[in-house]
Amino acid sequence: MLNPTQLEISRRNLLITSAAAAAATSALPLSAAAQTSQTETELTSTVAFAVNGERRELNIDNRTTLLDALREHLHLTGTKKGCDHGQCGACTVMVGGRRVNACLTLAIMHEGDEITTIEGLGQPGNLHPMQAAFVKHDGFQCGYCTPGQICSSVAVLEEIKANIPSHVTTDLTAPASASAEEIRERMSGNICRCGAYSNIVDAITDVAGTRA
Amino acid sequence: MRAFTYERASTIEAAAASAASHPSTRFIAGGTNLLDLMKLEIEVPTHLIDVNGLGLDTIEKTPEGGLRIGALVRNTDLAADKTVRRDYGLLSRALLAGASGQLRNKATTAGNLLQRTRCPYFYDTNQPCNKRQPGSGCSAIEGFSRQLGIVGVSDSCIATHPSDMAIALRALDAVVETVKPDGRRHAVPIAEFHRLPGNTPHIETVLEQGEFITGVVLPAPLGGRHIYRKVRDRASYAFALISVGAVIQPDGTGRVAAGGVAHRPWRVEAADVALPQGARPATAALLADARPTEHNRFKIDLVERTLGAVIAEAKG
Ligand SMILES: Cc1cc2nc3c(=O)[nH]c(=O)nc-3n(C[C@H](O)[C@H](O)[C@H](O)COP(=O)(O)OP(=O)(O)OC[C@H]3O[C@@H](n4cnc5c(N)ncnc54)[C@H](O)[C@@H]3O)c2cc1C
Ligand code: SF4
Ligand code: FES
Ligand code: FES
Repeated sequence: MLNPTQLEISRRNLLITSAAAAAATSALPLSAAAQTSQTETELTSTVAFAVNGERRELNIDNRTTLLDALREHLHLTGTKKGCDHGQCGACTVMVGGRRVNACLTLAIMHEGDEITTIEGLGQPGNLHPMQAAFVKHDGFQCGYCTPGQICSSVAVLEEIKANIPSHVTTDLTAPASASAEEIRERMSGNICRCGAYSNIVDAITDVAGTRA
Repeated sequence: MRAFTYERASTIEAAAASAASHPSTRFIAGGTNLLDLMKLEIEVPTHLIDVNGLGLDTIEKTPEGGLRIGALVRNTDLAADKTVRRDYGLLSRALLAGASGQLRNKATTAGNLLQRTRCPYFYDTNQPCNKRQPGSGCSAIEGFSRQLGIVGVSDSCIATHPSDMAIALRALDAVVETVKPDGRRHAVPIAEFHRLPGNTPHIETVLEQGEFITGVVLPAPLGGRHIYRKVRDRASYAFALISVGAVIQPDGTGRVAAGGVAHRPWRVEAADVALPQGARPATAALLADARPTEHNRFKIDLVERTLGAVIAEAKG
């Protein structure tokens, strides 16, 4: 009998396969000719980057987003797919220390880059201060948006430190501060459908305070 | 997403020439608009040219006292630049009012200028849309048009240009610098860069196929108060219903541009002239030729009130 994990994987594969089959059918009339004239190798590329300090090399379909490369190819499923269109922030990871939406960038565009995911920030027993603060302040309910929220908030505090202004910064020529208002605005790219926002702000404010 | 081949550009000239030789090539910079549209198969390039290795990521003083902003400067870095914050606050403000921190970290100057409309029917591939599929009709004119354009519209398309940054560049009289496919350098004032929809709404700018943007030049600073006000359905991470960008001098003269109202950043000389007389006459001049729909008529009042608030803020 399948254990729950195997069951989960096979169900997911089934869903992915059937979605791909549906997409292939609908795209067929226009793209079939174009695709057969191109060799397999031109439509895939090799890319190497570091994920959480470890060098990874992939030969993948050019279309693979960084998000799908992390989740489906490298099996780092901490990073979540919410909308796949830049609208929710669940896929937030750091590239070269800067937060980005992994769903709106191609994996093959990251040759040589250093990528940090939630798995790299901290592990059970060795939590990053921001992870610990989210636990302490109950900064989540279902937890789906949480990896994105945490990666984003770690980067937000770095952005404030680097004196990057925000929409609510009153004086553009004064140093940026880590007020609750600033944190709320800077975190607006991370949607939480459970509405854990106030506890998320508390967690980030806590870390900002202890670091200051 | 349709399959495509991929190359990393090594020089600007080679990138432009390569793009011109394949009609369905796109440059990819941040990718935040292009990949979104490729997933929906609204953009279906068969070849992508990655321009991220070309440099063009610096902000430099020009001999005329202005600034040259590289095409690949990220929106975050442009908004945070010390000189921009001090001398072109309108540009920082407009950038910071757009998208999210994550998106601004990737979005580039050129990509932001060339982002495509957010008309809901342009995104819904089951609906007719002249911009997506020329000649198929416009679903918005008789449809849900609350977010769409009120001025410079046509019977073919009433879409708006969604960029906040472009409103600031229009008010600041920026110039877009390009390299043509044959290698010639070219400069286009921002006023002429984006086109009105007319009966070819799928042609959005004056760029030729394969023409590459190298950067944007700002003239010497204007002084005055730099204010950008964006009105939207939620306080952050949403496109503008309307926005007003202005530079206002202590004597009340200045310049004003509006976003969320037209197929390009909207500025009218007569509105600048009327600015010292107040929001009502300035808005009347700015939106003199408005042709709103039943659903978006409210934008006229909204521009006037927002401009009123901007003028009050400049005095305060
Ligand atoms: C959820 C969401 C919310 C957003 N909210 C806002 C908002 O509130 N306000 C706002 O203004 N924007 C907003 N945006 C849009 C965002 O600003 C744009 O996606 C971004 O600026 C595009 O820049 P890019 O570098 O990623 O462009 P890309 O996606 O890489 O490219 C866009 C286009 O420009 C072309 N291109 C890129 N570089 C060059 C060049 N050098 N020469 C010639 N052509 C080039 C590409 O071929 C492509 O056609 C939002 C986006 C998302 C996903
Ligand atoms: S307004 Fe323009 S973009 Fe929107 S449906 Fe009509 S033609 Fe398409
Ligand atoms: S999954 Fe990337 S922003 Fe929603
Ligand atoms: S905790 Fe459920 S979506 Fe944020």
